[in-house]
Amino acid sequence: MAEIPEHLLKRAQAAREKAESQQKTETTDSTQPQETEETKEVEEIVDPTDENAEEALSILKTALEEKILDSHIAPGRGLWIRVHVEDWRSAAKAAKETLDCTFFDWLSAIDWMPSPYGREHETEQDQIVDASEESEEKEMEWGYTGGETRFQLICRVYSISKKIGVMIKADLPDSDPRALSLIPIYAGANWHEREAREMFGVTFDEHPDLRNIYLPGDFEGHPLRKDYPLLSRRMKPWPGIVDVELLPGDEE
Amino acid sequence: MVTTESEQMAYIAAQAADARVNVEVETDEGMTLNLGPQHPATHGTLRIIAKLDGEKVIAAEPIMGYMHRGYEKLTEVRTYPQVTTLVNRIDWLGSFANEVPFILAAEQLMDVEAPPRAQWIRTVLFELSRIANISLFLGDMAVQVGATTPVFYAFRDREFVLNQIERVTGGRFHPNFDRIGGLKDDLPKGWIEETGTVIGKMRDFCDEMEELVLGNEIFQARTRGIGVIPPEVALSYGLSGANLRASGVDWDIRRDANVGLVYDEVDWKVWTHPDGDSFSRFWVRLQETREACNIIEQLLGGIPAGPIMAKVPRIIKVPAGEAYVATENPLGEMGFYVVSQGDLTPFRVKIRSASFSNMSITPWLLKGVFVPDIISILASLYFILGDIDR
Repeated sequence: MAEIPEHLLKRAQAAREKAESQQKTETTDSTQPQETEETKEVEEIVDPTDENAEEALSILKTALEEKILDSHIAPGRGLWIRVHVEDWRSAAKAAKETLDCTFFDWLSAIDWMPSPYGREHETEQDQIVDASEESEEKEMEWGYTGGETRFQLICRVYSISKKIGVMIKADLPDSDPRALSLIPIYAGANWHEREAREMFGVTFDEHPDLRNIYLPGDFEGHPLRKDYPLLSRRMKPWPGIVDVELLPGDEE
Repeated sequence: MVTTESEQMAYIAAQAADARVNVEVETDEGMTLNLGPQHPATHGTLRIIAKLDGEKVIAAEPIMGYMHRGYEKLTEVRTYPQVTTLVNRIDWLGSFANEVPFILAAEQLMDVEAPPRAQWIRTVLFELSRIANISLFLGDMAVQVGATTPVFYAFRDREFVLNQIERVTGGRFHPNFDRIGGLKDDLPKGWIEETGTVIGKMRDFCDEMEELVLGNEIFQARTRGIGVIPPEVALSYGLSGANLRASGVDWDIRRDANVGLVYDEVDWKVWTHPDGDSFSRFWVRLQETREACNIIEQLLGGIPAGPIMAKVPRIIKVPAGEAYVATENPLGEMGFYVVSQGDLTPFRVKIRSASFSNMSITPWLLKGVFVPDIISILASLYFILGDIDR
């Protein structure tokens, strides 16, 4: 049997020592965690105001008035607003004109339906749950600013002068998800809308050229919808689990 | 002679017929030129169909999707730590830089902050991948306008940087080194000094490129005043990174919207160029490589001691919420919009990759240029197909 190389032994020794010392510090730490937690909490209560975002929101509110259905500010992380799908273009226009959001960042959609296929980490295969039973039990949970329908459009525009990014969300009707294209306001929306169209099946009115951008022209279905199965994942067990081979002598 | 020529003509006709498989091209006016999908100027498999009137492009249409891997769908069946393996392969020349925004978004949702040492090492590796990425561009751009030598210098010198990345992470191209709450491992012994000498070499490389390429008369003739993008147009198409700064927009996420990296600790400069042409895009990237050398040198001198991992649970469940984190990657703004519903896997990940937006300007930009300029403009926009197709 080969000898264990010296550097490995040293490394193991070092790791052991490190673990021991860490345990010691942990035990010493545990005597005074409450104080530090309290001070932290006080800091957190003082901190979370984002004046920049508050100001931007008030500007948008004066411009859009009641069109903003809901808003959310995550301090230091951004500003979310939700509008009605009919106001989708006018909201983007208002952001560009009043907030100077000239930079078009990205546009996409979210499917809020819970996946009908299980996502359990431990199982060897996706649990194929009977869709009719489960989907009734699971309810849709929306993210920031809430929601009403299954599909939501989301777009991020950024103001370089005010250094604030605005996420604009809009609920799309379930039966016929469609919205006005943003191309007249942001020329860059073109490809993003084509992508959202093929991935989610959202139609953009007044878009000059809604062909598929990634997928072949005759592709059926919209892959990023939650009810579109990920075939490779269904055919094969979770990678990693399948690779575990039994050691010789190790029987069931 | 005659037979070979007719054979050639037949071959070209067959090629042209093949090119029209999935695009309808009206052939009544002008000629249709197909570039790619395999073309040396495309860094992957991009195809461009251009309609020509003589030497002039009337319309150009990029066709992508040859490399679409569906990462946004795949992230929904991967746990958070597994996602870094996927995102490594988006911009494969600066892989480490891809991992950072995703990890930062997950950290933001979990309310975890990496310890200072991890943040510093992250920033160093981030800038090293920037040098590794852009140095190849500097050589490649010269090839596209007809100078073959610089690209070999670029491949030679880039190797020093890749070696340094490999010594820390174990991978030349796909480090998979960033973790939620810190880094996988600490720096090996003697790495800081070695990186210092490598940075010296990369400085020499930048000087060499400046002499070889930037001052070259042919290079200037092929790039000056070609492919001009005005700042308003650049902004409305969502161009970012050096492409935006070359149009005179003074905007850099590292300085203006920095999240989680330590650029505030060092003294550096954002370079812009007012012209907006192919030449200025090259110039800005060259200066940026130098600036990255500056940043790394300053950071190496002051990496704080301490742990490299914050305390995070072994099984990572991310609380419900939404976060968008963008970083200034070598190619431009790369961001991850992560929606979590408190699960082991993300609920939805939107990947905002720089090249996708940078490429979306090409139909507008290529209109009216001459055929040889297609190549130099595409090279100067600098895209990587993995970053477009995701």
